[in-house]
Amino acid sequence: MTQKKNKVLSGVYVALLMLFLYLPILVLIVFSFNSSKGYSWTGFSLKWYIDLFSNELILNSLKNTLIVALFASVFATLIGALAAIGVFSMQNKFAKNAIQNVTNLPLLMPEIVMGISMMLLFAFLNMSGFVPLIIAHISFCVPSVFLSVLPKLRQINKNMYEAALDLGCNPFQAFYKVVLPEIMPGVITGFLMAITYSLDDFVVSYFTAGNVQTLSITIYSMVKKRVSPEINALSTIMFVIVLLVLLVTNIRSIQKENAKQKKMMKL
Amino acid sequence: MKKILSVFLCALLVLSVCSMTVLADGEDAYALDAEYYSKFKGQNLKLYVYNWGEYIADGADGSRDVIAWFEELTGIDVEYTTFDTNEGLYSKLQSGSAYYDIVIPSDYMISRLAEQGMLEKLDLGNIPNFAKYVDEAFRNPDYDENQEYSVPYTWGTVGIIYNTKYIESVDSWEVLWNEDYAGKILMFDNSRDSFAIALKSLGYSLNSENADEITEAAELLKTQKPLVQAYVMDQIFDKMVEENAWIAPYYAGDYLTMSEDNEDLAFAFPKEGTNRFVDAMCIPKGCVNKEAAEMFINFMCEPAVSAENCGMIGYSTPISAAKDLMDAEMVENPIAYPSEDVLANMETFVNLPDEVNQQLDILWISVSVGSLTTGFWVVISVSAVGITAYCLYHMSVKKKRAAMRADKSL
Amino acid sequence: MIKLNAKWASYPYIIWMILFTILPLLLVVYFAFTDGNGAFTLDNVKQSALYIPTLANSVYLAAIATVICLVLAYPFAFIMSRLTFSKQKMMSMLVMLPMWMNFLLRTYAWQAILEDNGVINTMLTAIGLPAAKLINTSGAVVLGMVYNYIPFMILPLYSIMTKIDKSVLEASSDLGAGFFATFRRVVLPLSLPGIISGVTMVFVPAVSTFVISGMLGGSGNYLIGDLIEVQFLGNSYDLNAGSATSLMLMVVVLITMAIFNRFETEDSEEALV
Repeated sequence: MTQKKNKVLSGVYVALLMLFLYLPILVLIVFSFNSSKGYSWTGFSLKWYIDLFSNELILNSLKNTLIVALFASVFATLIGALAAIGVFSMQNKFAKNAIQNVTNLPLLMPEIVMGISMMLLFAFLNMSGFVPLIIAHISFCVPSVFLSVLPKLRQINKNMYEAALDLGCNPFQAFYKVVLPEIMPGVITGFLMAITYSLDDFVVSYFTAGNVQTLSITIYSMVKKRVSPEINALSTIMFVIVLLVLLVTNIRSIQKENAKQKKMMKL
Repeated sequence: MKKILSVFLCALLVLSVCSMTVLADGEDAYALDAEYYSKFKGQNLKLYVYNWGEYIADGADGSRDVIAWFEELTGIDVEYTTFDTNEGLYSKLQSGSAYYDIVIPSDYMISRLAEQGMLEKLDLGNIPNFAKYVDEAFRNPDYDENQEYSVPYTWGTVGIIYNTKYIESVDSWEVLWNEDYAGKILMFDNSRDSFAIALKSLGYSLNSENADEITEAAELLKTQKPLVQAYVMDQIFDKMVEENAWIAPYYAGDYLTMSEDNEDLAFAFPKEGTNRFVDAMCIPKGCVNKEAAEMFINFMCEPAVSAENCGMIGYSTPISAAKDLMDAEMVENPIAYPSEDVLANMETFVNLPDEVNQQLDILWISVSVGSLTTGFWVVISVSAVGITAYCLYHMSVKKKRAAMRADKSL
Repeated sequence: MIKLNAKWASYPYIIWMILFTILPLLLVVYFAFTDGNGAFTLDNVKQSALYIPTLANSVYLAAIATVICLVLAYPFAFIMSRLTFSKQKMMSMLVMLPMWMNFLLRTYAWQAILEDNGVINTMLTAIGLPAAKLINTSGAVVLGMVYNYIPFMILPLYSIMTKIDKSVLEASSDLGAGFFATFRRVVLPLSLPGIISGVTMVFVPAVSTFVISGMLGGSGNYLIGDLIEVQFLGNSYDLNAGSATSLMLMVVVLITMAIFNRFETEDSEEALV
């Protein structure tokens, strides 16, 4: 009896918290179909979805955001994954610790401090345009790649690697055939995290973007005056795409997992 | 009945033909020089323009998108971004993190930038429209006496926007300190405009360099703070139109835009006097395509372009010829183009000495920071006591355990 | 563990971190202690000491937001960790999904919800209730912080709680421990690492925000992040004063986190004893 009650209670609690998380998103989506600007409902319309494709500012910002995110996440993944391998093969405890601490720095440092410190650096070096922005994004993405690859290296079965060496692989081949496949999930997670961070970043971009207009900077300048509903439309589209991708991948992996479990049961 | 209708239709036809010819005439007289504008065609040039938010005809509300027009006409690509205060623009240029070919600051900021060597000198020979169209009154202004650095874009005034549903009439800055409207008042989010209001309501010049007067103004702004809903710039559009705020000092041109969306809004020039400003186009130091930038400036001085811009944003044009192409209603509007009497009561900003600017910056921050509520101090002291108590408890428990362990090991 | 011989692979990373993380932070320190001409001065630091109340206010609001996040997220994460595998996956996806919508827009939506004539107040007046003062209060700022950062609390808590085996809980209750005893002696100590990383990931961005306070806080909630933003980009690009304020924020955050971490490690050691 209490079990059931508990279940109901926890269900209600989860539902309420989810409502809290999704309420503003619901508002945004609903008002992307509003026929007028502003937050008073005047009627259903697809106007903003049509206008979106002729709004050069928004499309241009989207393009810039994607360019930055792509470059930043690819480079961050390369540097971060290599770093994990390098640090993993270090014997010197002190050096290892130092690197770990420096890696934690961007995670502990308030974003605004990261932003202004890089702004100072780029002003000092007299850089402007895409390059500093991408550098800044790589800097805050790298640690998350590093941290998601390192544990995978620790989990690799020692025997497998040694067996590969014994069977005549040179270290490079052994790395390619044994280590790489094992750390790949970590690399992919890191890459996805990097791309998410980069796409969503506002604070660091705000201080380092110069005159490159990324989506979040465009949105910020809109938020400071009047948000044009085209941006609600764009966000709704992006949101739905991500939702679909996540749903598909999740359902697949869940199905796989269930199949596995069934097999286990049979055995 | 049919007859009346046909007469009416005929009259309409005649009228429209007439107006069309008038329009055509007007456009002919102010036709754009296609040859001049074709100079950089096919060179794939790109210009970076940095302007105030909501400050150009962008194709909304039936206007013509002038940036697209310029791109089509000249083949030059324009990257257009916006700022919201003069001080923000200044910081961005100072930091060196961004490159711009054209910026559009206000009067006092232009002299500040020029004094600090941050602007390129313009070649007016490349901007023929300056001599051709810009009104005499806007030539060699105080902020750029030799007309070396700037070409005017628009001008305007500051006044009080209020909602007649909640406030009957306004004629003085005092209303911004009226406690009946607490929480419904908006205020400028930049030092110079805010201090101007405080200085003016104290009866001083808005260019005061007197440290005591400025401090007095800061104190006045601090007493206003509890009544202010928020310090904002262009957020004012939504807040006033949706009636989340009732009263706000802002630029006259933006009032004209807002009043289209909410008819209850009204505008007043306070009797203590106010600020009249000119926003002008400049080229920052280090500009690579200076001649193309000058072409952009020249384009913005075309009466047809200025008419599009000022018709859309509601600010006033320094190019009288543009008025021929604008709605008569707009041109005759006493808020956009106040009479000489009203203008006489206005002051223009000038650049202040560095020390005064610094004092303003620091005082402006101290106004924004404000003071903390008693509730805050209560909570802080309670939590401090709590943490200390916890630490003490923690330590005593630890000691006890250590003692117990010691006992055991014995 | 396997042995690799590829130390060189970490060199790009090391160089990168020195150039683009450590060097910029050193620049902040440099500018904090110099004047416009590069001469050593303590004026900036003294100046920023004037803003300690603002910093205290930010810490205060961020701390409240962090506590609320923890209180809300803890049971949520626990419930989540007890679900079946596929439901767990679904839930963690649902928690992460809002982060894909730009946080400025989500905060802007809150603005529309909380405004004097916003969604909530329109509903209240429609059913004959008086309108409430919601926006431009410190409550609104805390709400904005909680809303934006609660996923960062839920996810670490959840991932640590999935590691608590069901049998441990059962053993505890079999041995006679009640609900609260099980919670205090088993669940809480085992989930401590999750609490630490959750608190860090909520507190640090909350204490330094300038967007949320600007959008939801009105005139009365000026935080340290707003101050830094104005010193750099709002007034006259005063990079010396701005650096000093940033340095102050940085030091306070690091000290807070260090103290917090120490407390927790002590507690967890005890739990193991």
